[in-house]
Amino acid sequence: MQFLQINRKYLKLFDWYMLLLLLAISIIGVMTIYSATRPIITTIQPKYYIKQIVWIITGLAAMVSVAVYDYSWLKKSAYILYSMGLAMLVLVLFIGKSGMGAQRWLELGPISFQPSELFRILLIIGMSRYLSSIKGPLTKWPFLISLAAFGLLPFMIILKQPHLGTALVLLATFFFLAIAKKIEKKILITLIVFALVVPPIAGKLIWRHLKDYQKNRIVAFIEPDADPKGIGYQIEQSKITIGSGMATGRGYLKGTQGPLRFLPEKHTDFIFCVFAEEWGFVGSTAIISLYLLLFVRGITTALKSKDEFGRYLALGLTFMLFMYFFINMGMVLGMMPVVGVPIPFMSYGGTTLITNYVAIGILINIRMRRLALCY
Amino acid sequence: MNKGYFESYSSLTLYVVIIMFFVLAMRIYQLQILKGDDYREAANSNKIRVITLPATRGIIYDRNNVPLVKNKPYYYASLMPETKNIDTEGLANLLGIDEKKLIAKIKKEEAHRFKSIVLKEGLTFKDVAVIEARRSDFPGLMVEPNISRQYVFNNIGSHVIGYLGKMTLKQMQSADYDNITPETLVGQWGAEEFFDKQLRGTTGEKIIEVDALGRQLQLLGQTKPKMGDDITLSIDIRLQEIAERAFNGKSGALLAVDTRSAEVLALVSLPAFDPNDFVFGIDTDKWTALYKDKRHPLINRALQSSYPPGSVFKPLVAIAALEEGIIDAHSGTHCSGVMHYGNYSFGCWKSHGRVGFHRALVESCDVFFYEIGRILGVDRMDKYARLFGLGKSTGLGLRRGVDEKDGTVPSTKWKLKTLKKPWFLGETFNASIGQGYISVTPAQVALMTVMIANEGVIRPLTLRKNGNEDDPMKKLDIRPETFDAVKKAMYGVVNEEGGTGSAARSSIVRISGKTGTAQVIAGRVKSEHQKEKFRDHAWFIAYAPAENPEIAVTVFVEHGGHGGSTAGPIAKEVIEAYIKGKAGK
Repeated sequence: MQFLQINRKYLKLFDWYMLLLLLAISIIGVMTIYSATRPIITTIQPKYYIKQIVWIITGLAAMVSVAVYDYSWLKKSAYILYSMGLAMLVLVLFIGKSGMGAQRWLELGPISFQPSELFRILLIIGMSRYLSSIKGPLTKWPFLISLAAFGLLPFMIILKQPHLGTALVLLATFFFLAIAKKIEKKILITLIVFALVVPPIAGKLIWRHLKDYQKNRIVAFIEPDADPKGIGYQIEQSKITIGSGMATGRGYLKGTQGPLRFLPEKHTDFIFCVFAEEWGFVGSTAIISLYLLLFVRGITTALKSKDEFGRYLALGLTFMLFMYFFINMGMVLGMMPVVGVPIPFMSYGGTTLITNYVAIGILINIRMRRLALCY
Repeated sequence: MNKGYFESYSSLTLYVVIIMFFVLAMRIYQLQILKGDDYREAANSNKIRVITLPATRGIIYDRNNVPLVKNKPYYYASLMPETKNIDTEGLANLLGIDEKKLIAKIKKEEAHRFKSIVLKEGLTFKDVAVIEARRSDFPGLMVEPNISRQYVFNNIGSHVIGYLGKMTLKQMQSADYDNITPETLVGQWGAEEFFDKQLRGTTGEKIIEVDALGRQLQLLGQTKPKMGDDITLSIDIRLQEIAERAFNGKSGALLAVDTRSAEVLALVSLPAFDPNDFVFGIDTDKWTALYKDKRHPLINRALQSSYPPGSVFKPLVAIAALEEGIIDAHSGTHCSGVMHYGNYSFGCWKSHGRVGFHRALVESCDVFFYEIGRILGVDRMDKYARLFGLGKSTGLGLRRGVDEKDGTVPSTKWKLKTLKKPWFLGETFNASIGQGYISVTPAQVALMTVMIANEGVIRPLTLRKNGNEDDPMKKLDIRPETFDAVKKAMYGVVNEEGGTGSAARSSIVRISGKTGTAQVIAGRVKSEHQKEKFRDHAWFIAYAPAENPEIAVTVFVEHGGHGGSTAGPIAKEVIEAYIKGKAGK
């Protein structure tokens, strides 16, 4: 009987609002994938959209199972999970499967997935545990330890894969969380100075490690006309596709740029373009508003969390999702270099989608248990 | 204190997120609203074309690796989509087509945004040169290559080899033809059609961005075409040619089958046609002529027509009677040239007097078979006919496009079901000499002949070399003595005095056989005195060498009159050619 009551409480406290936002974006994503992969010569619709639906259902199951058990277990096993994540990353360097010149895939029987995806969450869990275990502001040594363990170590490994986009997002997430804990002024000032000085130097160092296609993307961003056949073309086409949507769009399934394959990654990284062409300015602002509401919900979840661990965790996850969204949008809108980052919940792709659903599951979990008295 | 810091940090984050949101929204506003017109214009002038890269079709070889077809590239003139203000009159003149038809064609296919409109196919090099010279007058006009076929042996074996053509409506709707572009030529007949999936390969495509004149600006992506697989048929084109010539202009069908492997060495249906006529879409006049031709060259008589087997059915009735213990090899009867039954009388083609089993087959005595048919009954006849492959399509080909006929093997059940009438004994008499309701295709008779020759080995006929290699050896449960008696008699048909098949007697090989005459109209008027279209059909089945058969030949001559004299010599010629060919190797 008591069990049932608790269950009912769960149902009442469950973050339906968040779920609704998530589903709305996901369904729009599936519709857009369907449109983007429409065939032009034959009449057979490729099965991308069906796969995406399967992943959404899998993601929902993962999300619910993550949301049901109190997240305190995540805190307890945070370091173990994080170590396992690191181990997977190293493993993928040795036995991973290459795709598009990059080694990011790990094959587990019939399933192949990208460990760096799931690792994003494990990093935030580990980092949150570490920050919440420190009393008072972050001083020099704890900061350096965390910088080594949660910042530089994963950054180097993922860069080696190479996956520049993810590596940068993770490093940014680390600094973002480090400052979320009150930090000594000295360190903060040093960080700001570094932020101004390091990028040019690091840039050069990183440049040497970049693959050709990554270099091309950056060059193309800086000077799109210099390379009309290469990647600058992609940015230009992306802008044309979005712009041609005008105020109200061409209408669903009436877009031409996507199915005509002007966009090479039309159903993954450039899915927003296909949407924007068909739904216009009205649709574009509507969908980014949905994202905005989702991020606001994530931040308020952090503020309402019952403990410090939950606060960092919620804020970190929200920040990560936002980074992905913002980098992707910046890329397709021609404001940033093409770094190959998918837009959360809309882009075609299994591992990313499920991982992001798990992140939402954790956010829902934290919000459900915000009233510590309930338990 | 700590919490206060976190709150302000989170609030700051919130503000940053909201500011970023507005930055993105403003950028979208800039792209879609402020510069929307320009980008829409740019998108619309993004001219993309999909060029299909035809796959090289597999070659069809005969059993001795003689290529029966060649791939031949050809060119077609096409118009870029969205070509505006074209001078249709000049273009029609240049291509030598009707202007009205041209306008209609362009209008019909205007809807495709990125596929060119095919205007004229099968261009010669001279045509191509003329068009190229004047291309600048017609922006958007292009010449593109495709692959077609040349049939090396023209009308020889045309029913087996088949031809290519544009997809039919039925094919377009079929799952077997998914992923095929409309301009691809697919098999429409014979092996081309039957093995189309293996032969055709996979069409590739090239996606390019083009300027207003259709010149390639850049390659956006391409998938390479994949070559089709070659096919080796069981047909021996040399034997096929000899067989077709042996008909000497008569209509009919012939199958020569290797009795050991059931591989078809020659499959003839006459009259034939020249498959080269079909390649670029046959013109209407030629098609109408072929279609309306009273001799029906577009029907594969070996598979699509069924006829009463006449007396070639008798060996099968004999096998049934021997197996069922109704007679033995020494049974006999008296033939007075007619058998009376109630008010009816059933004739024989001559009065044989006293005939035994052996002579009854050799001389094809109807009365003897009336007698054993009466005891055997139609249902047991039906059972044996089916064991030997009659009444069921052989699966030799044309399964998809053109149906192979099943034919009819009657039984009491069949008549009750189909005609809703009971069976009469009188009909059994007809059935026992292969007349009446029974009707079979030459291919079925060929299978029966092969099964008699190889003494009951069950193996489907195949058109592919080594097509039965994986087939497990199965045999009918029939006593060797039965085959022995029947085969002895069939040797007698050709080689004994008074045998009906003496016209097939050969000096270089021992041939066994059986004649047959299928009545077109009832009554026994001498065929020679009838108009051709009422004349009887002639059958002849044969195999050789008699003791250790290698080849079985089934000949059917439409309105050929008596089986022995018309069809027999054709069988003999083919068998001799086979034997000589073997010696020549």
